[in-house]
Amino acid sequence: MTILIDRNTKVMTQGITGKTGAFHTRLCRDYANGKNCFVAGVNPNKAGETFEGIPIFANAREAKERTGATVSVIYVPPPFAAGAIDEAVDAELELVICITEGVPVLDMVATRNRMRGKKTILVGPNCPGVITPDEIKIGIMPGHIHKKGRIGVVSRSGTLTYEAVGQLMDLGLGQSTCVGIGGDPVNGLKHIDVMRMFNDDPETDAVIMVGEIGGDDEETCARWIKGHMKKPVVGFIAGVTAPPGKRMGHAGAIISGGKGTANEKLAVMEECGIKVTRNPAEMATLLKSVL
Amino acid sequence: MNVHEYQGKEILRRYGVATPRGFPCFSVAEADAAARELGGKVWVVKAQIHAGGRGKGGGVKVAKSLAEVHEFASKILGMTLVTHQTGPEGRLVKRLLVEEGADIRKELYAGMVVDRATQRVTLMASSEGGMEIEEVAAHAPEKIHKVAIDPAAGLTQPQADAIARKIGVPDASVAEACKFMLGLYKAFVECDASLAEINPLIITGDGRVLALDAKLNFDSNALFRHPEIVAMRDLDEEDPAEVEASKFDLSYISLNGNIGCLVNGAGLAMATMDTIKLFGGEPANFLDVGGGATTQKVTEAFKLMLKNPAVKGILVNIFGGIMRCDTIAEGVIAAAKEVNLSVPLVVRMRGTNEELGRQKLRESGLPIISADNMADAAKKIVAAVAGK
Repeated sequence: MTILIDRNTKVMTQGITGKTGAFHTRLCRDYANGKNCFVAGVNPNKAGETFEGIPIFANAREAKERTGATVSVIYVPPPFAAGAIDEAVDAELELVICITEGVPVLDMVATRNRMRGKKTILVGPNCPGVITPDEIKIGIMPGHIHKKGRIGVVSRSGTLTYEAVGQLMDLGLGQSTCVGIGGDPVNGLKHIDVMRMFNDDPETDAVIMVGEIGGDDEETCARWIKGHMKKPVVGFIAGVTAPPGKRMGHAGAIISGGKGTANEKLAVMEECGIKVTRNPAEMATLLKSVL
Repeated sequence: MNVHEYQGKEILRRYGVATPRGFPCFSVAEADAAARELGGKVWVVKAQIHAGGRGKGGGVKVAKSLAEVHEFASKILGMTLVTHQTGPEGRLVKRLLVEEGADIRKELYAGMVVDRATQRVTLMASSEGGMEIEEVAAHAPEKIHKVAIDPAAGLTQPQADAIARKIGVPDASVAEACKFMLGLYKAFVECDASLAEINPLIITGDGRVLALDAKLNFDSNALFRHPEIVAMRDLDEEDPAEVEASKFDLSYISLNGNIGCLVNGAGLAMATMDTIKLFGGEPANFLDVGGGATTQKVTEAFKLMLKNPAVKGILVNIFGGIMRCDTIAEGVIAAAKEVNLSVPLVVRMRGTNEELGRQKLRESGLPIISADNMADAAKKIVAAVAGK
């Protein structure tokens, strides 16, 4: 099963002809079953053309109707990214993964509002994407560092996700699915949403949850875990040393009004029975200790 | 991005949000002229820096004569203003706002933020104006009233009316308070603000509703569509190192420690800082070189870190995913050579061609210390900086 995506998923790339979109579509197509998964591209100016054999359509709806793609990955530039999400939602896709970094926050407020009551699931923006190792990768993560297994990973940060995966691999632990939910304040799936999916996934045995300063998504997820999660979860929160009021790279990684500190998040997670570490080099060893 | 109070008020007035009349001044002579132009008997001379707590620090003075305006302007311009938000080093005052004095009957609070939980712009208002909203939230949370605004409908007249009454706006001023809040929301959305704080929002003796102070922050992701706001940027108010970093597309924040760190990815960069602290060191900065850790970027990052005289050692932590470790190693070596690196350098690389990368570092002839993992790297740099 795994969550969100598997070897049979059919994907369209919105922004397939841009530099980033082209580069990563190639890598994704070359990964595992990617050749059968990446079936369409979208670019209104290049409809009818192909990208290295992948047909390009004028819009998401047409790409869906013509190829059966139900998932979209978005690389279009920030000013147009929210519009691309809207287009995918209007085409009633099942899942939209927005990689684009730097999307205006109020664009996302409007887009999330339009998505209310719609069935489309959004991951991101400003995220590395989703990978189900040895089946399919959708996004910019390095595929080769992963291996199929039974550990779920959910994280707001890209390279820190790879770090967790690298550590798991050192211990011989593969992953069921790794989800990068992104570092923006207004986004799609939150930790809690992904955790619910891992809880229901028969192919996931335990989860590494990687958070960072800002907001209270980790706390919300921790409280849910306490009442519902049937599988062990370990956690790390980046930013214990981050000063208040400074945006630490990600738009969402900021301590404001004394809220969203790493210590506060770690304390709530511990209260909820989640094993946490303050040493990011120990994420996987901690995970192994609870298996 | 932040702007000064006078710039924030300029923006708000365009949207029908009333403020006291006033002029920005860059010299004492301009302050004198501004006060004469404004007329009246009472003026307020306000230091313009990007930090709160200016009043307590002596940066806001009420003048009762033109002579006093002159005296206060002379005192405040050029002073180093220390507030709880500037840090102990304070901030040099280069601009003033000279305003007409206001007859304050009531001090209230209005703020707007993008609320992550509801994913909507939220209006917060309180009867407790003039003090920090965090304090009100801690001691009297029932006095903060919130409305999550539907982005399709915008802030509605009934919502604004209800919240105005809840915070104790007198009946006669409710209509004007509604206009104020609707204008504030329009300004927030049309300018892509990330925070708007009017504290205090005042009701004057004759029932007018004015923004006595204004703090506006803007979403840096949206500045591409607001050249008029970008033009308000005051580089004097920003950390020169952070300004320099932004030219090279590096995300950099100065901190107080002595270990420079260079990392790819914001989350990993924070985690690296945390690890340094965990093993007894103090990070000198946050620095995210982004996905493509090219030689040029790494070189600029080195230069930037080494401009800080406090830096006694550097930790490089790169997860080479798409980018290969041997390429990264070449970049680090070239950068270290170009800047004649004289402080200890610990490099931890992970990912494709890891071993080849390490070999390049070893063969470079440079005294680079290799580390196996983040904890090892942190221990090694902390020890090296301590001279062990």
